[in-house]
Amino acid sequence: MAVASTNARPSVASRFLGVIADITSRPSGAIGLALVTFHLFLAIFGPWLAPYDYKAVDANLMMQAPSGAHWFGTDHLGRDTFSRTLLGGREAILVTGIATPIAVLWGGFVGIFFGLVGGRLDDVLMRVVDAFLSLPWILKMLVLIVTFGTGIEVLIPTLAFFYGIPVIRIARAATHDVVARDFIQAARARGHGRMTIIQRELLPNVRDALLVEGAMRWSWMLLAFSSLSFLGFGVSPPTPDWGLMIADARGFMSFAPWGVLAPVIGLSSLIIGINLTADALAKALGIDRAQKAPV
Amino acid sequence: MKDMVTKEPLIQVRDLSVGFTGRAGHTLPVLRNIDLAVRRGESLGLVGESGSGKSTLALAMMGYLKRGLRVIGGGTHFAGLDMFTLSRKELEGIRGGRLALIPQNSGQSLTPTLKIGAQLSEALRLHSKLPEAEHSARVVQLLEQVRLPDPSAIAGRYPHELSGGQQQRAAIAMALAGEPEALLLDEPTTGLDVTTQAHILELLRDLAAETGMAMVYVSHDLGAIARVCDRVVVMYAGEAVLEGPVREVLRNPAHPYARGLLASIPKLTDARLPMALEGRPPPPGKAGDGCAFVDRCAIATDVCRTSRPALATVPSGARVRCHHADRADSLPTRSPADADPRVIAEDAILSLGDLSISYARPGFLDQILGRKPATTPTVDGITIELEKGETLGLVGESGSGKSTILKAVAGLLPPAGGRIELAGDGVLPPLVDTRRPDQLRRVQLIFQNPDESLNPRQTIAEILAQPLKLYFGLSGEALRQRIEDLLESVRLGAHYMDRLPSQLSGGEKQRVAVARAFAAEPDLVLCDEVTSALDVSVQAAVLDLLDQLRRSRNTAYVFVSHDLAVVRALSDRVAVLYQGRLCEIGPAAAVYAAPSHPYTEVLLGAVLEPDPDTVPTLSAADIVELSPPARGCPFQRRCPRKIGPQCDTETPPWQDDGHGHAIRCHIPREAL
Repeated sequence: MAVASTNARPSVASRFLGVIADITSRPSGAIGLALVTFHLFLAIFGPWLAPYDYKAVDANLMMQAPSGAHWFGTDHLGRDTFSRTLLGGREAILVTGIATPIAVLWGGFVGIFFGLVGGRLDDVLMRVVDAFLSLPWILKMLVLIVTFGTGIEVLIPTLAFFYGIPVIRIARAATHDVVARDFIQAARARGHGRMTIIQRELLPNVRDALLVEGAMRWSWMLLAFSSLSFLGFGVSPPTPDWGLMIADARGFMSFAPWGVLAPVIGLSSLIIGINLTADALAKALGIDRAQKAPV
Repeated sequence: MKDMVTKEPLIQVRDLSVGFTGRAGHTLPVLRNIDLAVRRGESLGLVGESGSGKSTLALAMMGYLKRGLRVIGGGTHFAGLDMFTLSRKELEGIRGGRLALIPQNSGQSLTPTLKIGAQLSEALRLHSKLPEAEHSARVVQLLEQVRLPDPSAIAGRYPHELSGGQQQRAAIAMALAGEPEALLLDEPTTGLDVTTQAHILELLRDLAAETGMAMVYVSHDLGAIARVCDRVVVMYAGEAVLEGPVREVLRNPAHPYARGLLASIPKLTDARLPMALEGRPPPPGKAGDGCAFVDRCAIATDVCRTSRPALATVPSGARVRCHHADRADSLPTRSPADADPRVIAEDAILSLGDLSISYARPGFLDQILGRKPATTPTVDGITIELEKGETLGLVGESGSGKSTILKAVAGLLPPAGGRIELAGDGVLPPLVDTRRPDQLRRVQLIFQNPDESLNPRQTIAEILAQPLKLYFGLSGEALRQRIEDLLESVRLGAHYMDRLPSQLSGGEKQRVAVARAFAAEPDLVLCDEVTSALDVSVQAAVLDLLDQLRRSRNTAYVFVSHDLAVVRALSDRVAVLYQGRLCEIGPAAAVYAAPSHPYTEVLLGAVLEPDPDTVPTLSAADIVELSPPARGCPFQRRCPRKIGPQCDTETPPWQDDGHGHAIRCHIPREAL
């Protein structure tokens, strides 16, 4: 465990650095973190790096194969696929980057509350959550989006709401685990107030589980967002977006496969990166139980 | 049918070294140059503290290594077969058949969805040549062989319907199904009650004699080893440091570590505190060039630092890994003379009056109708007075209600009846929520397992700051100073402040837990099995610390433990509990001597001493009761000295000797 190898834990900053060092010490974690960093970099600086204007239509350049001028070829409107792929993650990362923390916060809050309350109320509420989770997510989302429209101001709350629900389960389970432990009993026996116990004893132990869960949720949310774009409910043209690009290019896949391949590589490399990082993060934080010293 | 101990070794371990690759890429050894042989019909004990490599060695004898471990050198043979070169298929044929393993927790190793009979039949199908038709008869025979009552009924039960002791017996029966030539036992009685443990050990002795199989018995408990084994290997930091006949090793060990280990075991016959063995063993790869024990050894010299001693035979016939084996007998195996007696004021600090606690919650219908549940309470009729500065030991088997009483005193469980009175504060409100801060401060609780009771996300300073802020409102430099003092008082330095619990050893963690309790400057400390999760040498150090603290602060303890020897070492008075009812209470010396309650007698008889010549007496049946009887004596169903129907119907009277020693039994005191 990273925490065990660092000699002290005086500040949050040094623990953060320790965790980062631990993640990068594993090959999969280093690759994952590099991929995520790379994508964040592109999302921020993409407009300055893109060689062409992403919305420059040119009827003479339709469906060009990859070449020195157009690395990933061009699409059916003659737009440069490389530039569009470079920028295709911006919207997705922005929306999910805002929605994920909201999902983790509200799901975590409710989950911890359920976990603390326990008893019959917890049982009843969790069955409601289960029932809700059993519905296909795409159906639920489409209902909301069709009702309220497709702008960012609808997508962010919608994604945050739906992806917060599975977080409830995780937060509740983590809370149950911690509440049963003796250090909570010890704090109760000393006579600490409820809020103090939650803040000092419970939260630091639930936080790590939520952090890892958040990273996982982010990758799921990215997929969901891209799926919505693919179906035409996400980003509106001409804004470049991976999901939308795949939808546009899929009709020409048999003779212009690069049009699909480029956004697919963009999307999957980010999702793989996030998953690898989340795995390494879980190990670094000592949540992953399979990863124990052999002795 | 007992075979003679033959010359040809059945299990032969030659120069075996096992290790894993550390983070930095170095190979870190877990076992170093192990050389030993087990002959047919012989039983060998592997003893050592946690992390000494004893379990790894036993598993290696089966050709099995935990994930991440690999053989660095040497090998192990079973009946002439090199276990690490055999194929998976060949190993399958041997494991569970000719060479069987009995793990520590058989409740977990039995399949929960299969009946005991079905699991045994499966073992027979895999490892015996019996025709299918004879299996069910053989199953009953096997269950009989492990002395399970009503074997055909047991065969039809699921594992969860059996008690821990019965599960262990079923696991032994399963191992016997393949008629093994050797049995590997990995801490087979750890976690069982003393009486159950004694029964299992007697069974193993008998089986070894009946079947002539060899046994390798892994344990941290020298008492169990003394009862079962002919020869003992003492392990330390992955090495065999001492090997010899059990009598030799336990009576006059020729290795300093073995002597220290022996001295740190509390003994039933000795009211003094055991001697602590300071320090901790080096982690894998940190043993250095010299002797692994050098940092903790009282007779170490320069040569011990620079050269690793070889396993040499000493005149007594034992093999010792020590440069100064000839001087080892200068080290004591018993504690020095008793410290000054303490002064106990005749002034009660805590008094429990007819305390009863019930776990039964009223059902839905009872709630509506306002009825109270009619079940007998889990704990009942507890009346105890505790003087200032006194230590009361609370003993009993699991389920006797010891911890339940502590929780009620601490305000974590509401009592069903009776009162808890704290001197100067009157009767305490039942739960923490309604107690005043000062009432809470005066009573502190220490838990069994520091891994559970210390928040893994808080530094030691943060952990100790909690009570200081809460009760005394300390902050800044004053808080820091007080934390330093506290760490000093439990013999940990100020440099521990910024560490996390995961960076401390088990003993150090428990010291922090002790320091946290004493931070409140309590008048009464409730200790709930505080040493059960610790190694013996560490246990001795924690007991010594608790003794020092009560001397300097005149704190009263309620000390709960299932280990009668540990209770004896620390307690002034002892109360014996069975099924949540008091059986006997009195000064420690009186309780441990005759006359005693039949239950106390059973408990004391089952205690194992690290001495091959003490024989436990097994008088009561090895059964586990789940609920106390509604009337009469709580021990009525198991009592070996039951005198008649009054035991079942009338609550026995307290018989007092006038000096505070009271026994609750129908048998007249003179006859007990």
